[in-house]
Amino acid sequence: MITALRRIVKAGFVGFWRNSYVALASIFVLTVALFVIGSTMFLDQLLATSLNTLQTKVDINVYFVPDAPEEEVERIRNAVAALPEVSVVQFTSAEEALQQYRERNQGNEISLQALEELDDNPLGSNIAILAKETSQYESIARFLEEQQGLESAQTQVIDEINYAKNKDSIDTLTSIINAVEQASLTIMAVLLIAAVLITFNTVRLAIYTSREEIAIMRLVGASNVFIRGPFMLQGIMYGLISGTLAMLLFYPLLVWIGPRTEAFFELNLFDYYIVHFGEIFGLLVGIGVVLGLISSMIAVARYLRT
Amino acid sequence: MIYFDNVSKLYNDGRSAALQEVTFQVAPKEFVSIVGHSGAGKTTLLKMIIAEDNPSHGQVFFESLDVHKIPKTKLPHYRRKIGTIFQDFKLLSHKTAYENVAFAMEANGRDDKEIVENVPQALALVDLDDKAWNFPNELSGGEKQRVAIARAIVNQPDIIIADEPTGNLDPIATYEVVQILRKINDLGTTVIMTTHNKGVIDEIERRVITMDDGRIVRDDATGKYVL
Ligand SMILES: Nc1ncnc2c1ncn2[C@@H]1O[C@H](COP(=O)(O)OP(=O)(O)OP(=O)(O)O)[C@@H](O)[C@H]1O
Ligand SMILES: [Mg+2]
Repeated sequence: MITALRRIVKAGFVGFWRNSYVALASIFVLTVALFVIGSTMFLDQLLATSLNTLQTKVDINVYFVPDAPEEEVERIRNAVAALPEVSVVQFTSAEEALQQYRERNQGNEISLQALEELDDNPLGSNIAILAKETSQYESIARFLEEQQGLESAQTQVIDEINYAKNKDSIDTLTSIINAVEQASLTIMAVLLIAAVLITFNTVRLAIYTSREEIAIMRLVGASNVFIRGPFMLQGIMYGLISGTLAMLLFYPLLVWIGPRTEAFFELNLFDYYIVHFGEIFGLLVGIGVVLGLISSMIAVARYLRT
Repeated sequence: MIYFDNVSKLYNDGRSAALQEVTFQVAPKEFVSIVGHSGAGKTTLLKMIIAEDNPSHGQVFFESLDVHKIPKTKLPHYRRKIGTIFQDFKLLSHKTAYENVAFAMEANGRDDKEIVENVPQALALVDLDDKAWNFPNELSGGEKQRVAIARAIVNQPDIIIADEPTGNLDPIATYEVVQILRKINDLGTTVIMTTHNKGVIDEIERRVITMDDGRIVRDDATGKYVL
């Protein structure tokens, strides 16, 4: 048993070396396939990150009337924060709002003068609400509108909810996000299937050149395991080498493209590659080994039948 | 040791029969030559013995074993009892002469010690000790065939089956191969060989079976090439 295993391993390595043309062709194709798979993974990461940052830029603002009682504001603020859909509630007090207004209008003398002429702070406090997902803004807005509806005229606290104003842009964004996610999933699936098929075919062709050898081995009385073993080992070696090569190929590419993706998508892909090096490496090599192994097993099986 | 019982083989179209009601026996240590025109069914007959193809009718026995009732998983095991030699040598092109012979032993599950001892012996028997590390494409046709013979005998099979072993060889290489086969036979191994070569038959002076159109038409105890 051990002897047989040792012989299979040896035959696998020797065959790999003596068949190096065929091995190189298989490794080349498998590397390209893994590169494509890796690229779609990076692209997906890029999309996911940018969608995330986009989503955090959407919010609902609730403006309170300037003389709203503090307890009421506090109550609404806590009630909103308690909603399961809400991820962050950011409170801006009336003073802070005034400060921000001043900063925004620096150099705009007329606005600042108008502000000076008022004795009281004309601005109320406000809260900015972030939902966990864009689709949840609808229900948060409904909740706030209900709160507003409960208030009687004298005790009015909420001055304005800006969701209705933002609603259209939020809706558009939500549908764009969904469309992009679906499209990238489809593209990934298509690329993956293509990569897998091409690998299968190449390895099959490589083993086709060995079909006579396989027939001879059978005539000499070699068992199927003994014939198949070296090919399986070679498939595994193709995967290991191709995974490593694809990983190495990404390095210069990402050094170059990293700063660019940082500017555009707020994610430096090179940093991502370095931080997740082990995972990405393991995944690429894993996919490579599985692809190489399965395609060589399927290919040899054809010549072992009958 | 080999017994054909009324064996017929029809190929898929059903119109032509490669073998028709073939019945004969081969005793241990015999040297049997099978002759006949091209297409007479000689190769088909040999394929029946190594279970590379199934008969349409009849049975083939190896000792008391019905060859075509052997389960697929046991076939490799059965084939190790038979040494096979072909007109086109059928060597593994990515292995050296030594490795080709050793492969048959490895496939047979022999241990390393036996392999190191027996492979050089087999190569010496066919007079190829000096070319052990050459690849097949570095050997002449006669040398290739001698490697194939070394591979066929290295597991000490009960029987050697040779399909036109001299078909691709010049007269001198043919003579050498026939001498080696005779030597193997003298050492106690049964040999069944097909050939087109009248000189070979006359030289061996042993049993000759003549086939025509899938039938056995003659079976002579000593060497006659009648066609
Ligand atoms: N796989 C096959 N499918 C269909 N017909 C076949 C097949 N193999 C052989 N035959 C037919 O069976 C007949 C006998 O073939 P076989 O190869 O046994 O002849 P042979 O005596 O060995 O001839 P040769 O001396 O040329 O080698 C031939 O008519 C051939 O065409
Ligand atoms: Mg023939």
